[in-house]
Amino acid sequence: MANKLIVSLSPHVHNNDSVQKNMYGVLIALIPALLVSFYMFGLGAVIVTLTSVIACVFFEWAITKFILKRERTTIMDGSAILTGVLLAFNLPSNLPLWIIIIGALAAIGIGKMTFGGLGCNPFNPALVGRIFLLISFPVQMTSWPEVGQLTSYTDATTTATPLALMKMAVHGDTSALEQLPDTLTLFLGNNPGSLGEVSALALLLGLIYMLWKKIITWHIPVSIIATVFVFSGLMHLVDSTAYASPLAHLFTGGLMLGAIFMATDYVTSPMTHKGMIIYGVAIGFLTVVIRLFGAYPEGMSFAIFIMNAFTPLINTYCKPKRYGEVVKK
Amino acid sequence: MNLILVAVISLGAIGLIAAVILYATSKKFAVYEDPRIAQVAEVLPQANCGGCGYPGCSGFAAACVKAGSLEGKLCPVGGQPTMEKVASILGLEAAASEPKVAVVRCNGTCANRPKVTQYDGVRSCAVANSTYGGETGCTFGCLGCGDCVTACQFDAIHMNPETGLPEVDENKCTACGACSKACPRNIIEIRPKGKNNRRVYVQCVNKDKGAVARKACTAACIGCGKCVKVCPFEAITLENNLAYIDPAKCKSCRKCEMECPQNAIIAVNFPPRKPKPAETATTANATKPVAETSKTETVAPKADATVAPKVETPVVEAPKAEIPKAEA
Amino acid sequence: MKTFRIGGVHPAENKLSAGKAIETLGLPKQAVFPLSQHIGAPATPIVKKGDVVKVGTKIAEAGGFVSAAIFSSVSGKVNKIDSVIDASGYRKPAIFIDVEGDEWEESIDRSTTLVKDCLLSPEEIVAKIKNAGVVGMGGACFPTHVKLSPPPGCKAECVIINAVECEPYLTADHRLMLEKADEILVGVSILMKAAKVSKGYIGIENNKPDAIKLMTAKSVNYAGIVVVPLKVKYPQGGEKQLIDAVIGRQVPAPPAIPINVGAVVQNVGTAYAVYEAVQKNKPLFERVVTVTGKSLKNPSNFLTRMGTPMSQLIDAAGGLPEDTGKVIGGGPMMGKALVNTEVPICKGSSGVLIMNDKEARRGEPQSCIRCAKCVSACPMGLEPYLLATCSAHGDWERVEHEMIMSCIECGSCQFTCPSHRPMLDYIRLGKGKVGGIIRARNAKK
Repeated sequence: MANKLIVSLSPHVHNNDSVQKNMYGVLIALIPALLVSFYMFGLGAVIVTLTSVIACVFFEWAITKFILKRERTTIMDGSAILTGVLLAFNLPSNLPLWIIIIGALAAIGIGKMTFGGLGCNPFNPALVGRIFLLISFPVQMTSWPEVGQLTSYTDATTTATPLALMKMAVHGDTSALEQLPDTLTLFLGNNPGSLGEVSALALLLGLIYMLWKKIITWHIPVSIIATVFVFSGLMHLVDSTAYASPLAHLFTGGLMLGAIFMATDYVTSPMTHKGMIIYGVAIGFLTVVIRLFGAYPEGMSFAIFIMNAFTPLINTYCKPKRYGEVVKK
Repeated sequence: MNLILVAVISLGAIGLIAAVILYATSKKFAVYEDPRIAQVAEVLPQANCGGCGYPGCSGFAAACVKAGSLEGKLCPVGGQPTMEKVASILGLEAAASEPKVAVVRCNGTCANRPKVTQYDGVRSCAVANSTYGGETGCTFGCLGCGDCVTACQFDAIHMNPETGLPEVDENKCTACGACSKACPRNIIEIRPKGKNNRRVYVQCVNKDKGAVARKACTAACIGCGKCVKVCPFEAITLENNLAYIDPAKCKSCRKCEMECPQNAIIAVNFPPRKPKPAETATTANATKPVAETSKTETVAPKADATVAPKVETPVVEAPKAEIPKAEA
Repeated sequence: MKTFRIGGVHPAENKLSAGKAIETLGLPKQAVFPLSQHIGAPATPIVKKGDVVKVGTKIAEAGGFVSAAIFSSVSGKVNKIDSVIDASGYRKPAIFIDVEGDEWEESIDRSTTLVKDCLLSPEEIVAKIKNAGVVGMGGACFPTHVKLSPPPGCKAECVIINAVECEPYLTADHRLMLEKADEILVGVSILMKAAKVSKGYIGIENNKPDAIKLMTAKSVNYAGIVVVPLKVKYPQGGEKQLIDAVIGRQVPAPPAIPINVGAVVQNVGTAYAVYEAVQKNKPLFERVVTVTGKSLKNPSNFLTRMGTPMSQLIDAAGGLPEDTGKVIGGGPMMGKALVNTEVPICKGSSGVLIMNDKEARRGEPQSCIRCAKCVSACPMGLEPYLLATCSAHGDWERVEHEMIMSCIECGSCQFTCPSHRPMLDYIRLGKGKVGGIIRARNAKK
């Protein structure tokens, strides 16, 4: 025999899944929303997305190479690109370049590489970037351009988002809710907002793709959406002038984006189905609480961020259903 | 002004209440601990290596205080001096102990032991050992994944990339035994350092029959028993085709080393045997500085073992000066 | 369609040799019989160098209750009792027999006529099975007579026959069912009688429709035997998964065993061996072995005498391909990679799988991305990522608490891991350590 036989323990086969395949799968699922954002916000969306992706990949490369001094860079696994796209999706399309780059540095540098890179971060890196920017640059981060200004970037005229209207209603402006666009418009995405979050339809297409490809399971998105629907529905029944309808809640702001793409991030979500449902329900609940009673109009990113912190605890206490626990019939 | 006053008073009150609570709890839940435990722990090296057999240095200190005698208690890291300090604190007698060192009982270098398969699992000896006999024909020898290196807290054991075997830096080795425990094949033995750091041991743990062992590794002990016969002190036993030298009985005469047809017995830190003037081939080996052989446990020059005249006892005292001191 | 409830994966089936009828392989020049071919104590040799043996002569006695006798598969002279590297990758004691002619013990009925009726009592059947050295033929090699002797307080309710063959590539059981259906059904009836039960289930995955059809048609002639078609899902052939799939019961965590829920699980190959042992007086010395692999010229199923070196089977199937990287004894999910091709066929060798160099290498492990796919895949409801990490760090207390001993080592976790993490390597290590700790603790009590 010319070759030496290879010896290792079983299993000797693999389903050929890989980190890259999963990451690029999520990126493919993001394409519909990306196209919608280009259609709604034009040049601004393109610039913001490109800047964010390039900055994220660059920071990941630079940090692995010069600070961690690892031989193998991980930029090809797609996770930095994904963080870049998700970060861009959480930004208004008229955000200046330098703020985006700071956001990317916070996302990759603080959110991910500080903890050792992919798989070790307790918080979703894109969320870290977004929240960092939201707190540091509240003015720029909360003035969204009107849709349809395809050739403008930072010079675009801004307007109030549906979420802002909903917040005004909570604060006693009884006519605010009447200014809300109708549910179909909200669903299709023809309303101002961060560039990736506007179209619920496009995001749902992404969800279907990811479920079909078995990249994620249904537990987290469904439990978030159901909780938000039920909780905001109850509040709407209590007072329909102050609290918007549940569908309006579902199709506005970052809820769909968060439920489908941010909360389902592998690294920062629980490992068991039971844990995922607890996590999802808590995110849904916190989101509505922040939206209706908090200072910020949007609560999705904070809700996910808070529950990210609880993930290790959920993992410790939510064990999968063990074989043999079922009592004999 | 009022605001400052309120702040000062309220913060002061909080501080006062907290202090009272802390004081009360510390009194109420105070646990009496023999003050000598802390004193003993102070003189211990605080490496927490577990080499003494207790969970960390404070555990060892507690055990020393409790036992009332230091018989059988040894901090391998600190050695005799530390134990004497412990003894003086406790007013006890320190048990005499011999300095020890870890020795790697495998000489299956890449050259001696050709590989017959490729291992493709986790780089961990424990896992490799559970997978199969190893990449070479020898199912007893070193697996070369370096579990011992990971286990060592003192940076005293390293893999030699050329031989594929670990080498002990005896100046750093504290004989805590972590490597020995980590080795799934029990290859690393904690042996007495020996007089002048000189020791003789069998560098093989292969229990296969001679022919099988020899086929797998050119440096394997084949269980021929020649060393057993030649040993004047009955220090060598042969069990399961494997010779073992009892360090308590061995007088380091090196007769077995010369007798072994496989060169599986090695003697470290001995001065080179006097070469015969005629033998030019051995001079190169003889000039090898002793310091080099003692630093890391490379095999004592093999070639001269076969040609050198029999030496009854370790030769003259002269080269002793060349042997590096412990702290060198 | 029935299947087990928790986890599971679906590897590519690759049943290359499913259409190949069983061929009888020629005799080897020298047959080698390792003394530990089964779970439990190794057998003790009762022959010595120079002894002349026939086909079917007992050459080693069972070394305890949980052990099995070994029979010569060839006639000839005992050459030596030495050691051989077996499938475990370690040297184990073995009996070497030089083959001369092919002379069988007279007591063996070599005719092919079907002997349907068995008038022996359950105890006599168990004794006969024990005396023929029959062990589980699925790969674990647990002595069959032990499974048929339930511990006090347990009562069997049904016999479940494992004809699932969920391992990719392997087709030995599939072919056996197609060619020896009646013998298997008689064997199942005998097993039911021995276990004193009236119900027998044969679980077959529905990727073998021909076998399901044939066995269902024939089973009407045998009282109490039902064929249960199952959805294709790995590891359905695991004893615990099969019980769940067929009768919907789950065996509690170890030390509970299947008999605690009233099930006796036997492999379909074992049922055939039982038939031969009880009705034909033929001890276990040959079995069907699948020789397969994508690069192999002629994947086949061979009826092989035990002790034949695997190289002979590979040669009969077209020779070892140039690009061979790995030779596996068993299937790709749970088989053992072999050190060389001279490893002898044993009672548990269900297949020889050749993988080329590229297929054989593992992917480079990356850090865990916590995707939880291993948790979803685990058929025992464990958390493989956690067990692997804790085992790697030596936290034995934690892994015991996380039920590492329930792991059946099916490999679903590692199969499905996108980061190619060698989880099962570590879990096995942890299982070994925790098993030792538990034994030490029980010994102290």
